[in-house]
Amino acid sequence: MADTKNNDAFVEFERVQKSYDGVNLVVKDLNLSMPRGEFLTMLGPSGSGKTTCLMMLAGFETATHGDIRLGGTSINNIPPHKRGIGMVFQNYALFPHMTVAENLAFPLEVRKIGKSEREEKVMRALGMVQMQDFAGRRPSQLSGGQQQRIALSRALVFEPELVLMDEPLGALDKQLRETLQFEITKLAHELGITTVYVTHDQTEALTMSDRVAVFDDGRIQQLAPPDKLYEEPENSFVAQFIGENNTLEGVVKEIKGGVALVQLDNGDLIDAKPINVAQAGQRTRVSIRPERVEMDKSRLQPDAHTLKAEVLEFIYMGDIFRTRLRVAGKDDFVIKTRNAPDQVRLTPGQIIDIGWLAEDCRALDA
Amino acid sequence: MSDISADGLDANGLVLAADGTPLKRSLARAMRRQKLRALLLVAPLLIFVLLTFIVPIASMLFRSVENDIVSNTLPNTVQELGRWDASTSELPPEPVFEAMFFDMFIAAEAKRHTRLGTRLNYEQTGISSLFRQTGRKLDDIGKVTKKPLEAFDSAWKDGETWYAIFNAGDAPASKNLMKSQRGLLKRLTSDPASGDVNFSPRADVTKLLPKAAREYTAWAIFTAVQDEKDPATRDPWESVYTALILDLKTADLSGYTGPNEDLLKAAQAADLPVPAFSEAFADMDKDWATPVPWKTIQTHSGLYTSGYFLNAIDAQKTDDGVAWQPENKQILLKLFGRTLIMSLIITGSCIMLGYPIAWLLSNVSARNANLLLILVLLPFWTSLLVRTSAWKVMLQQNGVINEVLVWIGLVPDAERLILINNQFGTIVAMTHILLPFMILPMYSVMSTIPPVYLRAAKSMGATNWTAFWRVYFPQSIPGIGAGSILVFILSIGYYITPEIVGGTKGVFISNRIAYHISSSLNWGLAAALGTILLVVVLALYWAYDRIVGIDNVKLG
Repeated sequence: MADTKNNDAFVEFERVQKSYDGVNLVVKDLNLSMPRGEFLTMLGPSGSGKTTCLMMLAGFETATHGDIRLGGTSINNIPPHKRGIGMVFQNYALFPHMTVAENLAFPLEVRKIGKSEREEKVMRALGMVQMQDFAGRRPSQLSGGQQQRIALSRALVFEPELVLMDEPLGALDKQLRETLQFEITKLAHELGITTVYVTHDQTEALTMSDRVAVFDDGRIQQLAPPDKLYEEPENSFVAQFIGENNTLEGVVKEIKGGVALVQLDNGDLIDAKPINVAQAGQRTRVSIRPERVEMDKSRLQPDAHTLKAEVLEFIYMGDIFRTRLRVAGKDDFVIKTRNAPDQVRLTPGQIIDIGWLAEDCRALDA
Repeated sequence: MSDISADGLDANGLVLAADGTPLKRSLARAMRRQKLRALLLVAPLLIFVLLTFIVPIASMLFRSVENDIVSNTLPNTVQELGRWDASTSELPPEPVFEAMFFDMFIAAEAKRHTRLGTRLNYEQTGISSLFRQTGRKLDDIGKVTKKPLEAFDSAWKDGETWYAIFNAGDAPASKNLMKSQRGLLKRLTSDPASGDVNFSPRADVTKLLPKAAREYTAWAIFTAVQDEKDPATRDPWESVYTALILDLKTADLSGYTGPNEDLLKAAQAADLPVPAFSEAFADMDKDWATPVPWKTIQTHSGLYTSGYFLNAIDAQKTDDGVAWQPENKQILLKLFGRTLIMSLIITGSCIMLGYPIAWLLSNVSARNANLLLILVLLPFWTSLLVRTSAWKVMLQQNGVINEVLVWIGLVPDAERLILINNQFGTIVAMTHILLPFMILPMYSVMSTIPPVYLRAAKSMGATNWTAFWRVYFPQSIPGIGAGSILVFILSIGYYITPEIVGGTKGVFISNRIAYHISSSLNWGLAAALGTILLVVVLALYWAYDRIVGIDNVKLG
């Protein structure tokens, strides 16, 4: 979990709770601290509380309990228009009755910035997203991707230190999304802006962020850099939610030398790294990534446990092969193998032995 | 077969269908059935609307220029007056008076002269009573000729004598005269004047005694059709006697052989006196001895007139062009102006009162919005008359508002406020009644404005007011436009409410139209006023389209 008392923290949530109806908590005890310049993504399924957190930060929702600080001062009682936070909305929220240039000039106008300076800043902001030629257009004359670029430059034009983005790429097609993901991260790093990005798309979160906060049930389940999140999920929700994952359920037999021996429900034994289990007898759910499963016994330790698996389906996917197996009575176990010249192509009906290194298999909460 | 190239084009470059016919024609043929079916589906409503809405309105509006009553009632007079130069300020010549006598005689028998009097009275006050009096006294002129003739030979007292002279029987008949006199009566009485008359004018008598034959035929048709009596046995009108005496002065009876030829020749020989029509008219009413009524008839004798439209804008048609009405009769332009200004005030008040409600409606939760919407629509489900009467109860001097003001001491008992039967009353009541028409289009536009715009504006540093004024309000303008057009057009033609609470100062042009339709019966003026109102509304609609653009109007 994140450490809340950090002296160079720029954005801080301290014990923040939020309830809309006075009965259910949408956000339960949120603690978060972001240093200046960080790109942090709030990732989670819908209803997990991530958007509520963003709205509390923007000032459109008030925290029921707790403290939100920006640059060390509490902003709980500051109205949104005085917080100086840039924001990009899911459906762009470009004002349809204004041209692109007028949209961008709006935040400058309300700040009473002179006309010449305003025009210069607008053109510079449009330049950042290569949209100078569209200054005179109406938003309705632009494509979705162009509108999102304008929305982005509008959020940046008044040079805020913090920018919030609420699923800004949700309405775009895949290719455009990838281009814009790259552009947004590049801009954020170049300008040194602190960014809070909300999405439910894990690929987006992994590729863009410095750190990702995985939300579920009103809590941050794990806050970590993308690689750590993928490779070292701290609980079974994160393991399930991030990337593809095989899970097997069983009971811990013993923990010895940093390796847990887990007896699966059908009696088979496997090795795993104990993460959320402390002692023998606990129920656990073990998690193993499809690409970490080994079919070649020679690459495992001699005393490693293996499982019998029946090949159910072999799918050729170009760069990789994806094979579905029946393992320990479950038929949704997937392995991925690289398409290399010496790689075996399995055929359905084949019985093979599979195993893994103990540190690749994580014994998590049940 | 025309030669078809490989790409399905003929020599002229037209696209051809597979069987070689031009594609356009074969498409039209394929679509014809569909179009026919669509037409059949709308036909009942179309016919209904046409018959019950468009045709009556068009015919009503047509009355604003229609003016055939003058030439239908006084056909010969109008013709004779055409030769008279009104600018000389002399009286018209004798033939005009003579024609007037015969025209008026028939019109008075048909009791249509008063209608014409009413029509001409719109243009020249006093003509109505002049015509009514003249109608009563016309017989006097006729008697001047009837008595001497009957005294000369009592055979003229018998209807049979007359019938024998003028009826064709087996001799050749003048079909033209019969037809023209039937037409005259038809136009005069709006009665078809068809059916068996048991009479047809003798051709040779018609030639010899044209005026008498003309009047006798008119009388015979009138007697048979209107009175449903047999002309063979009845005495003709006095005018027939007058016409006969006139004819006998010039007729050459020497070659005539027919029934009662002796009687006719004897009457001619007696040289009975003819009446002096101009003097006789002057005796009936001295106004006839002035050019005024004659000028009025001449000026307004056309089949179509601009008179009603001129009246509708406080002007009138005189024999020397268009002139303003006298100061004390100029009320209609003022009334138009008042109608426009009050409609604008009502529209403005509806915007002021409706906008916050519409905003609230589109921003509260769906359940509360429904409740509010019911409150907005509630007045719709109450009778208009009940709502207006309720305002009467509220606003009158002993009404709820005055009582409360007096009770709390804001207004002394002796100086109760006059809140009704004036413009204030009309504005208050109509604003209340038309408010839903403003709120509903506003609401339907506002509910399509996502709240995210306001959030976006605030996130960029705009205060609540700036966010509303710069971002929300401009997007809600189409709703204001739609509501305003609706309320303005409804209010400019409103009738019931101003009638009940408007008194004399708070009424609209529509109340004046209703007055002319049902009380003064000046339908031509009512139609002209209605046409002007329609044109004003269309012009405003057009102007709105040019300035704001009708595309910007959204009703949902």
